[in-house]
Amino acid sequence: MQAPLAKRIWDAIAAPFDGWLMAFLAGIFVMSMLVLFSASNQSWHKIDNKLVYTIMALAVMWIMANARPQTVMNFAPPLYAAGVLMLVGVELFGITVNGSTRWLNLGIVRIQPSEIMKTALPMMVAWYFQKYESTLNWRHYLVAVALIAVPGALVLKQPDLGTAVLIMGAGFFVLFFAGLSWKIIIGGLVAFLASLPVVWNLLHDYQRRRVLTLIDPMQDPLGDGYHIIQSMIAIGSGGPWGKGWLNGSQTHLDYIPERTTDFIFAVYSEEFGLAGNLLLLALYLGVITRGMLITARAQTLYGRLLAGAITLSFFVYVFVNMGMVAGILPVVGVPLPFMSYGGTATVSLAVALGMLMSIGNTKR
Amino acid sequence: MHRPTRLKDAQAEESQFQLRLVIAYGFMVLMLLTLAARFIWLQVMQYEHFATLAQNNSISLVPVQPNRGLIMDRNGIVLAQNHAAYTLEITPAKMADMEATIKALRALVDISPRDERRFRKFLSESKDFEPVPLKLRLSEDEAARVAANAWRFPGVEVKARLFRDYPYKELTSHVLGYIGRINQRDQQKLEEDDKLANYRGATHIGKLGLEAVYEAELHGTNGFEEVETDAGGRAVRSLRRTPPLHGNNLKLALDIRLQEVADKLFGQRRGALVAIDPQTGGVLAFVSKPGFDPNLFIDGIDSATWKSLNEDWQKPLVNRAVRGLYPPGSTFKPFMAMAALQSGAIGPYDLRPAPGYFTLPGSSHQFRDSNPRGNGMVNISKAIAVSSDTFFYRVAWDMGIDRIHPLVGQFGLGQKTGIDLDGEASGVLPSKEWKEKRFARFKPEVRRWYPADVVSVGIGQGFNAYTPLQMANATAILAANGKVFKPHLVQEITQAGSGKVRLVEPRPQRTLAFRPELYAHVKDGMVAVMRPGGTAARLAAGLTYTMAGKTGTAQVVQIKQGAKYNAAALAEQYRDHSWFIAFAPVEAPRIAIAVIVENAGFGAASAAPIARAVSDFALTGKVPPELQGKMMTMPQAAPAGDKHDASAAR
Repeated sequence: MQAPLAKRIWDAIAAPFDGWLMAFLAGIFVMSMLVLFSASNQSWHKIDNKLVYTIMALAVMWIMANARPQTVMNFAPPLYAAGVLMLVGVELFGITVNGSTRWLNLGIVRIQPSEIMKTALPMMVAWYFQKYESTLNWRHYLVAVALIAVPGALVLKQPDLGTAVLIMGAGFFVLFFAGLSWKIIIGGLVAFLASLPVVWNLLHDYQRRRVLTLIDPMQDPLGDGYHIIQSMIAIGSGGPWGKGWLNGSQTHLDYIPERTTDFIFAVYSEEFGLAGNLLLLALYLGVITRGMLITARAQTLYGRLLAGAITLSFFVYVFVNMGMVAGILPVVGVPLPFMSYGGTATVSLAVALGMLMSIGNTKR
Repeated sequence: MHRPTRLKDAQAEESQFQLRLVIAYGFMVLMLLTLAARFIWLQVMQYEHFATLAQNNSISLVPVQPNRGLIMDRNGIVLAQNHAAYTLEITPAKMADMEATIKALRALVDISPRDERRFRKFLSESKDFEPVPLKLRLSEDEAARVAANAWRFPGVEVKARLFRDYPYKELTSHVLGYIGRINQRDQQKLEEDDKLANYRGATHIGKLGLEAVYEAELHGTNGFEEVETDAGGRAVRSLRRTPPLHGNNLKLALDIRLQEVADKLFGQRRGALVAIDPQTGGVLAFVSKPGFDPNLFIDGIDSATWKSLNEDWQKPLVNRAVRGLYPPGSTFKPFMAMAALQSGAIGPYDLRPAPGYFTLPGSSHQFRDSNPRGNGMVNISKAIAVSSDTFFYRVAWDMGIDRIHPLVGQFGLGQKTGIDLDGEASGVLPSKEWKEKRFARFKPEVRRWYPADVVSVGIGQGFNAYTPLQMANATAILAANGKVFKPHLVQEITQAGSGKVRLVEPRPQRTLAFRPELYAHVKDGMVAVMRPGGTAARLAAGLTYTMAGKTGTAQVVQIKQGAKYNAAALAEQYRDHSWFIAFAPVEAPRIAIAVIVENAGFGAASAAPIARAVSDFALTGKVPPELQGKMMTMPQAAPAGDKHDASAAR
């Protein structure tokens, strides 16, 4: 007896998707549509676009989830090499916007190679450890550090501190799960703290201002501190239950900067309050927990390293964005996963989560 | 011995990995809890504090609009200005019953169906909390009546606003363009360029012409007013004000009186005229006929008017001077002559036969001369003066397209001139590569360059196609003996506030590499055009200065072998275009002109008289008799302009 056609088609589509992850993502998606509609002053234009991005994201997620990790793994070296080449290209003839050179014009499209590196780098490092799995020694860790440092330095030079930290973070997570010695980790941390004064001198003026603003936003309430203050007012005035959908005064009186992209969480927070925030945190925690479970059960070294790095990176995006909007981290341009408006970020996250699902699908 | 150790290693590795997973997970949960704690702090513990801050979010920044820069002609006559008037505006978000309000307002203000249609259109395009104009330009009475009744109409405001106005209407349409309301496309563009902040509260933006090209200069920089606002966002009192930086003023090289003379001389005919100062590259007159009234577009054109403009067969919206592509006809010959002399294909004094027709070796096809009896033996100057076709057929044939293309191209033909207007067409100076590309999708027989193709190119027909601006620019370069300027309408930009003046393109870009003595021979030919025996001899009557010119006739349809062109037998839009290029005075040129009159036949008949009159006015101030007393720009024009004549005759 055959199942009805519709059911078979549905099964074929649904098969590669991870049920748990999809459930959490669906929850995030619903909240994101609500808040985007409000943040864009009820413009259907952005909603339409977001729907298109979401469909594109689902498509690439499905493709990635369907592919075998062992197959995708082989693309890591060429993808990484292309990414580094394009970063060099950006350095040589990139497009400069607001004083930093991040974009490469390929004739038809402008692309931001650092965005590709967010995924390509952890893939590459994981691939590398997989390749030398049986003979791993300290030299391999050194090479891995170089693999991380080269694109990291190139992005840092653009300058794009936020993205550089995210990229290097993703690489470091692979090292961490690959068993990098605790001594080195702690030693590195100490060295980092010790070098902070030096780093401070290397920072660009605008980056320093952002850090100072964090420490005391009231120093310049109408200048650099303005964004953070207004976004904290939005969150705080949301209270336990929020002002209600479409009723955020901070949002609709134009007080929140970048309110459909990087600061969309402030809009959400104002309208849905602490209750909404905790719900959203729970949804993100759900994604992270599921990601950790997939990591724990992954079969190959490559699978567990990549799954772990993807999950941790996802967490970092969430934490850095919310932390920035809530005024406990400096302002860096990191979108909130699947909430912020923007096609590139949505699709590249979907690629990463698709790979995570495919690792989860490869059962022992 | 080996095996168990490895197994143990693997086990140790596995548990080591699982431990790290737990640590990582614990770390993430801890950090998310930190965030949750932060939210509790902000939203519960500090709620009162922030709620108060939000409620009387006391300081808000209100943008103060800068005044848009003025546009003036070379004599300081204002061509684009701002005047203050009252508008009646409605903020939809504050409106309980829109229809009832509009109905009640009708009792106080005269609201036409057109006003209402426009209002509905704006309403559908704008955001709820943005005020939308219901009626523009209220009379003083109406403004007072609404103000007195304001309490009855929350969300209705009378605002004083600056309106843009183009007093010379059609005369300046293709130069100034117009501003219009900012639409979604503009908004997106501003967002991409990161300029949105400077347009907060702005309603209009340059859409076309100089208004668009110089938008960044004209718009100015927003000022800000820090106002104390109540919860509803209404301003209670002003705390501090940063004044706006008004837009910069533009001063054109254009002379509006000259522009009007040129424009009026066209009458109802279609065409274009561009006049350039060869010593500066400044555009003195820039006409494309017909024009349109740019004022119609500022606050949204109604669809009936738009339709009639857009579908008019005369295409008033097309800027013929920069977008119209026409074969140059015989006005091409002076440039062809320069190329021939420079290449050595012919010497300045060499005589060549100029018979009634020209045939290629081994072919019976006759390339005819406009003079069926031919012109005997002529040198290059004479060939220009009598506009011998057969002479130039032969020269072109001798040179070949590969030598013609780079030399004629020096005069900027077939390339954008880089004038400060958008949408310039590049035109076609034919070459083998061009033909290959143009017909890329056709058979090789069509794509290939045939030696015979060059023959008609030599007299400005064939594939040649240039804009009137390119012809004027080329004429100016020739007049200035090879000095090349980038033609520009705007001459000076005056910084608002500081009053500092910046000159636009004041220096020549380069000088052409033609042998300097060659220009004289070509110019001699162009002077002879206006002497007895030349093609425009009649035009020279009463000249008080020296003038050089060249007639041209651009074929619109191909005339069959053996058939004769008969203007009367052709529908008007298929008749030939009439061209004339000229410069004056010959010794030290101050004006170079290119005129085309569409479907008006032989160049000397229609285009040349316009060029003569324009040049007369520019150099002597003489107003053409038929325009005396009819000039908008010179209400009390002296009947004959004697004074100027006297000074020129000196």
